[in-house]
Amino acid sequence: MRTVITILAVAVLASVPLWLRDPYLLNALITTGIFVIGAMSLNLLLGFTGQLSLGHIAFFGIGAYVSALTSLGFDVGLPGDVRLVHTPWPPIAGLLLAIIVAGLCGYFVGLLSFRVRGAYFVIVTISFAEVVRLVALNWVELTQGPLALTNIPSIALPLPGFGELTLRTKMQNYYLVLVVALIAYLLIARLVHSHFGRAMRGLMENETLAVSVGIDVTRTLTLAAVISAAIAGAAGSLYAHYIRIIDPEVFAFINTVTMVIMVISGGKGSLAGPVVGGLIFGLLPVALRPVMAPEAQWIAYGGVLMAILFVLPRGIVPSLALRFARRRSGASALAPVALTETGAKEPA
Amino acid sequence: MTARSVAMTIDQVAVRFGGLVAISDMSFTVGEGEIVSLIGPNGAGKTTAFNVMTGFLTPSAGRVTYQGTTLTGLKPHEIADLGLIRTFQRTSVFPNDTVYDNLLIGLHRQGRVRLLDAILGLSGARASERRLRQKASELIEWVGLERRGHDAAGSLSYGEQRLVGVALALAAEPSMLLLDEPVSGMNASETHRFVELIRSVRDRGITILLVEHDMPMVMTVSDRIVVLNYGRIIAEGTPEMIRNDPAVIEAYLGHGAARA
Repeated sequence: MRTVITILAVAVLASVPLWLRDPYLLNALITTGIFVIGAMSLNLLLGFTGQLSLGHIAFFGIGAYVSALTSLGFDVGLPGDVRLVHTPWPPIAGLLLAIIVAGLCGYFVGLLSFRVRGAYFVIVTISFAEVVRLVALNWVELTQGPLALTNIPSIALPLPGFGELTLRTKMQNYYLVLVVALIAYLLIARLVHSHFGRAMRGLMENETLAVSVGIDVTRTLTLAAVISAAIAGAAGSLYAHYIRIIDPEVFAFINTVTMVIMVISGGKGSLAGPVVGGLIFGLLPVALRPVMAPEAQWIAYGGVLMAILFVLPRGIVPSLALRFARRRSGASALAPVALTETGAKEPA
Repeated sequence: MTARSVAMTIDQVAVRFGGLVAISDMSFTVGEGEIVSLIGPNGAGKTTAFNVMTGFLTPSAGRVTYQGTTLTGLKPHEIADLGLIRTFQRTSVFPNDTVYDNLLIGLHRQGRVRLLDAILGLSGARASERRLRQKASELIEWVGLERRGHDAAGSLSYGEQRLVGVALALAAEPSMLLLDEPVSGMNASETHRFVELIRSVRDRGITILLVEHDMPMVMTVSDRIVVLNYGRIIAEGTPEMIRNDPAVIEAYLGHGAARA
């Protein structure tokens, strides 16, 4: 049943560029897709370990900057009359480096904050994002500061025997984002259904008990943070090479909030939740723009969010799964059904 | 009593919270394969002693060694890795997961596979997964909860949750099991079944240290009893000796007005 829905959803998403010719809408779908990847990575932390990263955009932005700088090259002076010169590399190398560097940042943030967790993690992540934004703003020699990095090359896929395929059109970029999103989705699904995922769930539900059966808190949470940050970094890299210009505004707090909204509305701790929530709140501004004044759009945005959380308080996907299960098995199925929605089923 | 090799040594352990003395000076040993009970009135320091032995608390003085390893400074999960597994007085399950999933989480120590293998779904990881599922089913059967396997652990009765707690601890493959008031809240027949369960655990060669208030249960199941009062050991010996020890009777029943 679930496999059928997944395959159908992928087929529909894959067919979109074939019938949707409007470049404006296709553009909205691509940027939404990139943010959905970010939201999925946030969900790995928030939904499966219970740790709220309110600076998640930092990993996204670091990925964007690393990827852009790798493919643009730079020449900066370091203390002691040393000059660090980097000649441009292909954008695909930028994508890989973005994943690695963002993952490393996730490691350090995790290592710093997971000894104390909870509110401390929230504060460390907010501060981290702000510090990174200030660096991007003020290290003008490297990042051009507010002048932005421009002319970032599009991603080019090396095709053995055929040279390279540079992804310039919207349709090509749409498929690139779709493929990366699918990989991220499968990676997260495998992870949460493995014994690592069970360790994470155990920690979230009853940390003392989890520790007493031998689960290493710091290691488990740090691992989740690394993978989450790495996926966010990949999304950031896609963003940089698609938009082809980035400035320190990418680190704005509102971008993190957008991801949190996508996760919470879609259903944290559910694999499909961030996708559903992400599509709704990514495309909502596009739908509202022609019919409302800009101020009213934000009010409507907030109204939709409140309506969703009021009617479906667990988030869209878990709430609907619960109702569906109840209808099928009559009154006998109580709350546990929804909670096992992400439970022990075999990976697809 | 036949001579056994010593599994755990508690050596002059003291725990103070600021000015409050929870344990003043405690020394005793637990032999391999033995069932030892730690009893005493409320507030005597029993749970504190458990917390010290399992790394949830660092003692102010003294040390605990288990099979030759000093436990001071080890984290709880590292102590669990030595095979020293505990249960808890209160919340002892993962309430939102099914009983079956609870046990899969409990099997963490046996399910370690490389992360990459798990993500790629390599055959080694898949075989390990199958083995874990098999073991989880066996454990469920063993504590007699087959019919509740797919219910959320939080929806079970108190007594059943206690059984899940013990199964969880057993899933972690202990060589020594520390049970913190396992039968509190159980009715007589549940308690009786639990005693059988503890005996069969011991017959698997697992050493057991028990904290319990249910005196008839303690008297039937224990090889040896250690009595704590006000953070000190006031008596130690076989159930028969403890039953007749004047210090113990005084601690439990009081001594009239003489104790001001």
